Amino acid sequence: MAVTTRTGDAGAPTTAPRRQPGDGRRAGRAGDVGGNVFSQVVLIGWSVMVLVPFVWALLASVKTSGEIFGSPWSLPETFQWSNFASAWDKGVGEYLLNSIIVVTGGVVLTMLLGSMAAYVLARYQFPGNRFIFYLFAAGMMFPVFLAIVPLFFVVQNLGMLSTYQGLILVYTAYSLPFTVFFMHAFFKTLPTAIAEAAFIDGCSHAGVFFRVMLPMAKPGLLSIGIFNVIGQFNQFVLPSFLSPERPVLTQGIATLLASQRYEGDWGALFAALTIAMVPIVVVYLLFYRQVQAGLTSGTLK
Amino acid sequence: MRHGQYRFIVGFLVLPLALYAVFVISPFVQAFYYSLTNWTGVSPQFDFIGLQNFQTLTQDSLFLRAVRNNLVLLAGMPLAVILLALFYAFLLNVGGAGSGVGVRGVRGSGFYKLTFFLPQVLSVPVIAVIWAVILDPTPTGLVNSAMRRVGFGGSGWLADPNLALYCVLWVLVWGSVGFYLVLFNAAMSSIPRDIYEAALIDGAGRVATFFRVTIPLLWDTIQTSWVYLAILALDVYALVAVMTPGPGGPANATQVISLQIAQNGFQFGRAGYASAMGVVLFFFTLSIAAIMLRATRRQRIEY
Repeated sequence: MAVTTRTGDAGAPTTAPRRQPGDGRRAGRAGDVGGNVFSQVVLIGWSVMVLVPFVWALLASVKTSGEIFGSPWSLPETFQWSNFASAWDKGVGEYLLNSIIVVTGGVVLTMLLGSMAAYVLARYQFPGNRFIFYLFAAGMMFPVFLAIVPLFFVVQNLGMLSTYQGLILVYTAYSLPFTVFFMHAFFKTLPTAIAEAAFIDGCSHAGVFFRVMLPMAKPGLLSIGIFNVIGQFNQFVLPSFLSPERPVLTQGIATLLASQRYEGDWGALFAALTIAMVPIVVVYLLFYRQVQAGLTSGTLK
Repeated sequence: MRHGQYRFIVGFLVLPLALYAVFVISPFVQAFYYSLTNWTGVSPQFDFIGLQNFQTLTQDSLFLRAVRNNLVLLAGMPLAVILLALFYAFLLNVGGAGSGVGVRGVRGSGFYKLTFFLPQVLSVPVIAVIWAVILDPTPTGLVNSAMRRVGFGGSGWLADPNLALYCVLWVLVWGSVGFYLVLFNAAMSSIPRDIYEAALIDGAGRVATFFRVTIPLLWDTIQTSWVYLAILALDVYALVAVMTPGPGGPANATQVISLQIAQNGFQFGRAGYASAMGVVLFFFTLSIAAIMLRATRRQRIEY
């Protein structure tokens, strides 16, 4: 589709940090102070709107259910750390483990297969090259819900419903389009001279890929790797249909909400939420440049 | 050498392509086929019934309700997200104090980009749970008690059939603005500074600069964003499935196509019928992408 083809050379350049007008310091001239104050007020307003729900959720994880609904704006009387224990008892530990296993397998496989395909498509001329590339790129545009019913039966026929390997393979397959698209752009920008030198030294095609090109593509791999970690950790639609018996953390959260509507242990729900949020927020804070570059580069020209 | 090269190409492509064919391409193709059958999903036998599923769809009031709700989201969400994100990106880039030599961004723009983007990295169920509780319909809910304190009455929010869909819309907007802010900000910062400085020298104010320089130069990015947001509005599932009572309630006020596909395909044993809904969703997506790319086409400006 036009959207994906037009963005053909996305990716690589945006991963490098660069100077932006937005990074500028205050220059300070009396006449502009009004505009500056206005900007700050508006921007702080939206920041508050974004942060308050999260901070409130973190606080709710150490409150009693009565405090969460009775006095939502006040701090907890005493910190209810036991909420975390009861969240763990409700299966959050198991859900977290499932998520970690599936995401680890899924991301490793995605990165390996995605960069292999992207490398061949970016660096070798052969009949059908463009067709295969567009086949992958088209996968970014299709609604998953068109495929979800037949996909369920494909996975069922393979005997892989509610298994780690089933989720790993499906996650990988659905992560390939963007990974191939992104790494394709990245491999295109890498210089050819070093690879040619390696060929002259008698290195095989696969050897050049693993020993020369992959190490050179590290910044791109990091960016798309973090993107895939976050994306697969947050995946909800695929596991909720394909892994009902072995839920990952996102499913666990949804189930916990549904059951608290009659169990009423809201503190434990927010403790579970905190367990789900903190790892991702830490990854985000450590790598936020790569995260933002990775997530937005697919849409930028 | 040449022989070895082809073996290498095939060797590297066979696994990714096989995985992609089995789990992505084949289900998509099968969906079109099943949409023409009365397959239940349970029995191995089914009949080919032509376009009958699609005829039934036009009579299915629940499905039509879902389509209508998706269209409401489609009309409101992309527009709101793009306007807000553009506005904030503009403030980040040129909202700061000016100096003799040019236009500057505001102080703390790094912090704002970090914060605004945050909802994007958290999973939809997490966000859905937080908002479901924040919008608690009782008078002591977080939002309701805050509104009472400043003198407004409380509201039923997600429990109110007239408001629930707009609550979904709001959470979608709230979660998406940061992503498009970062996107527009990156696009704006790739516009050469000379252009802004030239406009400034010609006497253009900030607002004129925004409308006459920034927007035209960003048009490609805005257009692409519109298509992506439209797809998001048509594809919405997790937020509705987790956040709304039912899900899809109250009184089907937040029923959406994806929810109908899930219910028909997995609960009611109507896999063929659900596939027909998927096909409708696909053509919606395709035509909206095509229409928007046509309708918003302008002369592309190179710089």
